[in-house]
Amino acid sequence: MNTRKNLRQIWLLGLTLIFLALLATLPLYAPTYTIILMTSILMYIVLTMSWALFSAPTGYISLAPAAFFGIGIYTSAILGTRLPLPAVILAGSLISFCLALLIGALTLRLRGIYFAMFTFGLVELIKNFWLWYEIQFTGTRGRFVIFVDNTTIYYVMLIILALLLLVTYLIRRSRFGLALRGIGECEEAAAHIGVHVNALKTATFAISAIFMGAAGAIMATRWTYVDPYVAFNPLYSFMSVLMAIFGGIGQPYGPILGAAIFAYLEEILITRFPYYYMLIFGIVLIVTVLYLPEGLIGLVANIRKRVAGGQDALA
Amino acid sequence: MTIKIIEVLITGLLMGGLYALVAVGLSLQYGVARILNISHGEFIMLGGLTTWALYTALGVNPLLSLAICGPVAFILGFVIHRTLFKRLLASSASPAIFESNSMLAAFGLMFILQNIALLIWGPEIRGYSYLVIPVHFLGTLFGANRLLTFGLALVIGLGFYLFLSLTRTGKAIRAAAQDPPTAGLMGVNINNVLALCFGLGAAMAGIAGVLISMCYPVHGVMGLEYTIIAIIVVVLGGLGSIPGSFIGGFILGLIGSVVTFFEPGLALVAYYVIFILLLLVRPTGILGR
Amino acid sequence: MPLLEGKGVTKYFGGLAAVLNVDFYVEQGEVVGLIGPNGAGKTTLFNLISGALVSQSGTIWFKGENITNLKPHAICRKGIARTFQLVRVFPNMSVLENVLMGVLFGKSDGHGRGQALEQAEKWLDFVGLSAVKGLPARSLTLANQKRLEVARALATGPELLLLDELMAGLNPTEVAQAMELVNRIREQGITIFMVEHVMTAIMGVCGRIMVLHHGEKIAEGTPQEIATSRTVIEVYLGE
Repeated sequence: MNTRKNLRQIWLLGLTLIFLALLATLPLYAPTYTIILMTSILMYIVLTMSWALFSAPTGYISLAPAAFFGIGIYTSAILGTRLPLPAVILAGSLISFCLALLIGALTLRLRGIYFAMFTFGLVELIKNFWLWYEIQFTGTRGRFVIFVDNTTIYYVMLIILALLLLVTYLIRRSRFGLALRGIGECEEAAAHIGVHVNALKTATFAISAIFMGAAGAIMATRWTYVDPYVAFNPLYSFMSVLMAIFGGIGQPYGPILGAAIFAYLEEILITRFPYYYMLIFGIVLIVTVLYLPEGLIGLVANIRKRVAGGQDALA
Repeated sequence: MTIKIIEVLITGLLMGGLYALVAVGLSLQYGVARILNISHGEFIMLGGLTTWALYTALGVNPLLSLAICGPVAFILGFVIHRTLFKRLLASSASPAIFESNSMLAAFGLMFILQNIALLIWGPEIRGYSYLVIPVHFLGTLFGANRLLTFGLALVIGLGFYLFLSLTRTGKAIRAAAQDPPTAGLMGVNINNVLALCFGLGAAMAGIAGVLISMCYPVHGVMGLEYTIIAIIVVVLGGLGSIPGSFIGGFILGLIGSVVTFFEPGLALVAYYVIFILLLLVRPTGILGR
Repeated sequence: MPLLEGKGVTKYFGGLAAVLNVDFYVEQGEVVGLIGPNGAGKTTLFNLISGALVSQSGTIWFKGENITNLKPHAICRKGIARTFQLVRVFPNMSVLENVLMGVLFGKSDGHGRGQALEQAEKWLDFVGLSAVKGLPARSLTLANQKRLEVARALATGPELLLLDELMAGLNPTEVAQAMELVNRIREQGITIFMVEHVMTAIMGVCGRIMVLHHGEKIAEGTPQEIATSRTVIEVYLGE
């Protein structure tokens, strides 16, 4: 059983590396349109996966991605002209990280739905405060962001994703991955067998924010003009949650699958049929919650089990 | 100066009345049925836009719309609970899992209702004028529509309160809120009561939407804003308590009008600051258990 | 110096004293029983020792060190493990992973992966659950879930084990097995402090018994003394 598990892991690792390599060569032969599309898909994968990094094992539904994403966006808008691009992205992730540490420490007592409400309120608070600040002190609602070419944006996003994959893998195979699941299943029991629950929750939450901030910092350069409504749009939080749940949060590739499918759907539908796109989104979400508690990957696993039939039961 | 103060206070109270009505439905849905209904605001939006459509296309008096939107929203809510949330309740392993799942399902509902409305009515901001007659009141001027909606909000809220405290159905709802298993043993049909609650919550939202459309413009994406206000009021006043909703609504309305008086841009900021502080300090609400 | 000692430990819920001014001690190598009617404050006392609750006054020492109001994980790492009155296994993890958590985060962390697995398997073997190690914990019977909790607690490497109603809800055969398990744990050199309602069990395995009533300690002594104590009989049979 153990060797089979190891084989499977090596197989997955190889597949991931091949995928990343293919993605890395994409700009050499693909048209610009594909690069832009792939950047959007990668962005959603980063947001969804980093959401899942904390929320999937612990069961705490965070609606804060939009806050960290927006912080990244504004770091880019403010520092973009003053610092080189890598420093801007680093700054975006660092500020998000620090804010997440603070929020994590503040919300340790909040369980279940109150945590979701808090994180949601936080996004709206930052958005409205920042809106007021901009109008009051800069006199305009929005800001221009430095221009970065599409290929660079694509590569930066790809690097962020690669790092995120690495961190997800490292956390999952470490004892902390197990402990995070323990927190999700019974927080109290985890604490009584020696897990420093508060520190682990806060640290993981903050690590997940790093990638959201980085993604925001680089995406801002593509939009060239941002305002608080765009940057702190709660839809980014909702999307992360919904895409992850749709894909299935039991495995890291579930959120990837969910994000990839919906990011692609968004790209082809949202300009021409925005309302239908969101309508489909809502329907899919309800169907997922009702009938696919383990998401797409759960469905796939079930079908495979049924196809394999008795064979698997014997093994 | 005193005139100014009176004006700020009355504005706050008028807003508070509407906020209370906005929150009552959500309070019931979360307090009893344990569903944090993120799509609550969409029912408000549907009420508002339907009223607008009926008024502009057929000249239907908004007061008549109350009698249309309330029952229709009730049926919609009842059916949604019967088909969606009842099934979720049965498939969720624990109350905490049901709360998460039902919140996610409510997100789905939000997207569905909002975009159906956008497909029908488009994204434009709609408004109509109804009873925009200035009324002199304690040396200040207010639109008759504002005063009417305030009065209606109070009457409807009181009626709802009496319904819950005096009727048999109301008592069953309160029993279910406090102790579902025991209420079930005492012969209360829990699934019916929960669906009833969800339907009543939706009806209150629809009614609030009608009243809101009498004073403020309405549009397809207004829902979330009102959902948030409802959540804040519920957190302020405590879950499942109707007097709490009114107290919370008035507090929020007053804070809103005072902050608006000093710095209009910070009113929403103030709401969220209160919301977040409350969650941190007293998540069960100032009047909560 | 006792292994565990408490002086004047007090906990109020609202205005109600759940544990009031209780002194207690557990010597190295003892099996001490804690009994009392429902609501006497037994579980509350365990929660205070293990850090799940914060006490209002009083001091608790472990090996001479003040551990009052430390966080649960810190207390576990000092060498006090516990089980729960209502079982709290990690339902969707495998039986082996449940115990592995204890090994990886308990008192003696810093294992390599292989070593940790070995340890976990050893403890599963000790409680007799090796055969089901791959199953999710939720699929076990209540008796086995309780064994799993014991294995998980033992895996943290404790010197003192708090057992909260290990035998509640078990049938007579299972109770006998659990008693045998308690004896074997003591043979490992682990001190045991246990809350129990099953009297035959507590009389059979404990060297000393403490009785709580309305949050106060009303008696203490050997099983013989407790069984014949007038106050204790009155408390149990009603005044």
